[in-house]
Amino acid sequence: MVQIFGECNNDPLKSQEYLRLRFSPSSAPLQLRWRNNGLSADFLADYLITFFPSEENDPQSCEKEAELKGAVSYIANELLENAMKFNGSTSNVPIKLELMLYSDHLILCVSNHLPSENIAGFQSFIHELLNTEPQDLYVRQIERADQDDNMTTSGLGLLTMIDDYNAKLGWKFESILQEKADNIIQKGFISRFLNKIASLVSSQSQRAKLTVVTTMVQLSI
Amino acid sequence: MEIITEEYSIKYDVATATITWQGIMRLNGKEYAPLTTLLNDVMAQEPTQITFNLQGLKALNSSGITMLGRFVFGLQKKKTIQLLMQGSKDIAWQKKSVKNFQRLMPKLQFEWA
Repeated sequence: MVQIFGECNNDPLKSQEYLRLRFSPSSAPLQLRWRNNGLSADFLADYLITFFPSEENDPQSCEKEAELKGAVSYIANELLENAMKFNGSTSNVPIKLELMLYSDHLILCVSNHLPSENIAGFQSFIHELLNTEPQDLYVRQIERADQDDNMTTSGLGLLTMIDDYNAKLGWKFESILQEKADNIIQKGFISRFLNKIASLVSSQSQRAKLTVVTTMVQLSI
Repeated sequence: MEIITEEYSIKYDVATATITWQGIMRLNGKEYAPLTTLLNDVMAQEPTQITFNLQGLKALNSSGITMLGRFVFGLQKKKTIQLLMQGSKDIAWQKKSVKNFQRLMPKLQFEWA
């Protein structure tokens, strides 16, 4: 099953240039990996700038380059932080971050597994985000954060993309079938082979249904 | 009062009631707690005006923007302390996002370097 919210009209085939990064899940604690979010986001922004050579003597083109670099670095970091925070710890779904460049816009895209207990809450926030004036929602979210010390996310990352960077946002929720964690831990060739045989004869009951959410951010250039 | 790490620093100068922010802040939500404590300590001293010098704060994630927003919102509720923000238009997040703080505190003043 696929559910779409907001603007999700990406056609990867028409992209002139792209860069894809995949992060293996659960290979290190979140706290150790956190710094990688910023490093990866800055890398993406630096990579993109290659395609926008600016004239050193032209302040306008230098300013545009700095603005684009800042926007991509901020947005990519926010997308990765969200994906790392919400990615389910029990799945082996990798987190994917993509940058796609088109003639007049670019798309930043992140996909991650979303545990079933978080789906309804996230979709209700998306609904609020798409149907509320950003300025009103900004004040509301700060007030909410002010009232609740334990609130670890304010949704301000997605909101600032729309309000401050004029980005268009879209989401795709997809159900996928994945082998259960017990079947994923395979030590060697023989056990992998035996698992493969077992999985061929097993019913779908040994497979878990997971939801993968893709967040797509479109930015004019 | 100050917090200094390899990636960022925040220092409070009592004489000028100025908080100087430096570096790159992309902390995981709860890691902002010590910074919030420092800000609340400054607010508790009740200076007539607090200055935020943000010109050296090159990156701030949305959790950091939320932390600053909560502080600004707290000042607005208190009504007795003015806030002056000194920023740099060369720094992307400041050019894009500091205007939002004025929605929380209409009397907030900005100075661009």
